[in-house]
Amino acid sequence: MVEVSSWGMLGSWEHEVLALSDRHHVVHQLKSSRSGIAHGMGRSYGDVCLNPGGVLWKTTELDRFISLDESTGRLVCEAGVLLRDIQRLVIPRGWILPVTPGTQLVTVGGAIANDVHGKNHHMFSTFGDHVRGIILVRTDGTIIECGPDFQTEWFSATVGGLGLTGVITEAEIQLRKVSGPWLDAETLPYANLNEFFQLANASETEWEHTVSWIDCLSGKNARGIFMRANPINLINHPEPKSHKRTIRFVPPVSLVNHLTLRPFNAAYFNFKKRQAGKRIVHYEPFFYPLDNLLEWNRMYGPHGFYQYQSVVPLKVGNDAVQAMLREIKKTGEGSFLAVLKTFGDRQSVGMMSFPRQGVTMALDFPNQGDKTLKLFASLDAIVREAGGRIYLAKDARMSRDLFETGYPRLNEFLHYRDLGISSAMSRRLIGS
Amino acid sequence: MTNNKKRIVIIGATSAIAEHCARFWVDDAAVDMTLVGRDISKIERVAQDLRVRSPQSVIHVLESKFTDSIAIRQLVDRVIAGGIVNIVLIAHGTLPDQIECQTDLSANQEALIVNGISPMLFAEAFVGHMQKANSGTLAIIGSVAGDRGRRSNYVYGAAKGLVTRYAQGLQHRLASTDVKIVLIKPGPTDTPMTMHLKQQGSHLANVEDVSRLIVKAINQGKSVVYAPTKWTLIMMVVRHLPKFIFDKLDI
Repeated sequence: MVEVSSWGMLGSWEHEVLALSDRHHVVHQLKSSRSGIAHGMGRSYGDVCLNPGGVLWKTTELDRFISLDESTGRLVCEAGVLLRDIQRLVIPRGWILPVTPGTQLVTVGGAIANDVHGKNHHMFSTFGDHVRGIILVRTDGTIIECGPDFQTEWFSATVGGLGLTGVITEAEIQLRKVSGPWLDAETLPYANLNEFFQLANASETEWEHTVSWIDCLSGKNARGIFMRANPINLINHPEPKSHKRTIRFVPPVSLVNHLTLRPFNAAYFNFKKRQAGKRIVHYEPFFYPLDNLLEWNRMYGPHGFYQYQSVVPLKVGNDAVQAMLREIKKTGEGSFLAVLKTFGDRQSVGMMSFPRQGVTMALDFPNQGDKTLKLFASLDAIVREAGGRIYLAKDARMSRDLFETGYPRLNEFLHYRDLGISSAMSRRLIGS
Repeated sequence: MTNNKKRIVIIGATSAIAEHCARFWVDDAAVDMTLVGRDISKIERVAQDLRVRSPQSVIHVLESKFTDSIAIRQLVDRVIAGGIVNIVLIAHGTLPDQIECQTDLSANQEALIVNGISPMLFAEAFVGHMQKANSGTLAIIGSVAGDRGRRSNYVYGAAKGLVTRYAQGLQHRLASTDVKIVLIKPGPTDTPMTMHLKQQGSHLANVEDVSRLIVKAINQGKSVVYAPTKWTLIMMVVRHLPKFIFDKLDI
C-alpha cells in the first residue's frame, strides 16, 4: 500500500497503486482488479482522484504519442501524456492545444475527465470541445470508442465524467494552428468589480485570453489586475530561460496566514500595477505561472489547503462575487491565488462539465478546520442562491445537496457509470 | 541507403529506462535507431511514439530471443550489416523474486540468464564489430545491486555483478582503442519492474531523471555512472561496511 494525497494535501491515505503502462493490456488489468479510480498527476485539489483503502490505476506511464497529422493538426495519444509534452512537441510544428488549464502538468485523461477550461473559455470553450474521440475501457471488459460524432452519449458522459464511466486509454485531439510560442499581453489594474466586468466585457471579442487576479482582502472595492493576451507572430525572439524552484519541505505552519496575506496582496498589486501596459510574453509563464515553482502546494503547511472555485450566472455575478468577498473579508481568511474570470456563452459537451456562462472565482484557503468549513458554508449559500455550482476538480467537502442542485444532469449521467469504479468523491457525493 | 544520422541500437527497448533514453536521443537530433525486444507489438508501440516525436528519425524494430546465443549472434550481425553503430545500449532485465529464486531453481536459473548472461552475450557480439571499426560506445545497464551481495536480492545482484565484471574486462580490453564501454548502475527507479517495491513504500527515483543522466554519461563516454548520482556515495558506504556491521543490517 502507498500513501497518496491529492494536490490540496488535506491528508494522505493508503492506496493499492496499480500502474497501467500498456494500453492494450488495460482491459485485463481492470478486470482482474478490485474497484478503483484512474489517477494521473494527482493535480486535482480534493478527493476526485483518490480512493482510500482501494485501488488507484496510475496512468502516467501510458505516455506515448500514437500519431500526429501535421497537415490537419490531429493528434492521437495515450491518456497519460502530459499537456506539457504535447505543447513542446506541437508548438514548434505550428500547432497548439486549443484549451489548457493553469498548469500543464496534467494528463490528457485528467483534462478530459475534469473537462478543464482555460483563459480562453469565451472563445474556445473547454478541453472536451476539442476532443474528437476517446477509447474508454470499462471494468466489465468492454471497450467503447466514442466521440462528438459517434456514441455521443458515452462521450458526453465521459467528458467531465470524473473518471466514473471507465478508464480513458487514448484520445484524439484537434489542435489549433499557431504561429509560435509568443503572446501579445496587456496588464490592466482595476479598482473595483464594476471595472472588472467592464474590462471583461470589452475584451471578450478582441482578446483570446482573459483572466484576472483579485485582491480578496482589499476592502469594499475589490481591486485587482486584469490580464489579456492574443497570439502573435514573432520570429527569432529569444526564448525565456526556465528557472525552476522547488519548495523542498512542508513548513510546520502555513506560510499563508494573517501576517503574510495582506502585505503580500498589497505588494503584489503594486508590483503588477507598475507593470501595467503591453508586453510580449512566452506562453509558458502566461498560461502556467506556477509550474516553475514545483511543489508550491507545500507552502500551506501540514494541514494542506482547499481551493474554492464556483461559477455563478452573469446577471447576478457582480452581487454574488461582492457577497462572497464580504464573507471572506469578515473571517480575515484569504488567498494568494485568487482568480476571477468570466466564462462565455458556450455549452460544454460534458453532462457534468463545470463551466457555464457566468463569472468564476477561484480562491485557495489554508485548511484551518471548522473555521474554514464554516466560511465555505456561507459561500455555498451565496452560490446556491445565485444558481451557481462548485468545480468538482477542486472540491473536497461540498454537500450532496449543493452538488445535486449545481449539476442538474446528474441522473442522466448515472446511467453511464461504471460500477467497478469508485472514488472518495463518488462515495461522498453519489453514495457509491 | 546511407545517411549521416547517428546510429543507435537499444536492446530491451521496451524497458522504461530504455524508452526514456530513446526519447532524449530523438529529441536531441534525428537518429537512425534500431529497437530490439522480445515482443514485436510492444516494440512497435515504442517506435510509433518515437516517430511522432521525431519524424526525421528512422526507427527500426526487431524481435529477438534474449537467451539464445545463436539468435543473438545473427541479430547483431544483421544490425551491423546496416553500417557502423555509434551507440549500443543494452537495457533488458527482470527483477526476480528472491525468495522464489531460493526455492525454485528454474526461476533462479532464468533470473541469472536474463540479467547476467544475456547482456554479456549481446555485449560480446557487438564489441567485436566495434573494435574492428575502432569506434562507438557500448553502454550496459547493471545495477547498484551488483556491488555487494545482500540477502534481499542476491540472485539479481549476482547477475548484475557478473555484468559489472564483464564490463570492467571489456573496458580493459578496449582501453587502447576508441571504443568506449559505459557501465550504468541505476538505483531503484520508478518503473513497472519495481511496482512491488513502491507498494512496500520504497522511495524510487524518477525514470526521466535517471534516463537523462544515462544519456549524458553515454555522450561523455564515462566508464561507470550511478544514477541518481547519490548512489555513488551510498554504494561506497555499502561496499566498505565491515562484515560484522553489514551482517546485522536487514537490507
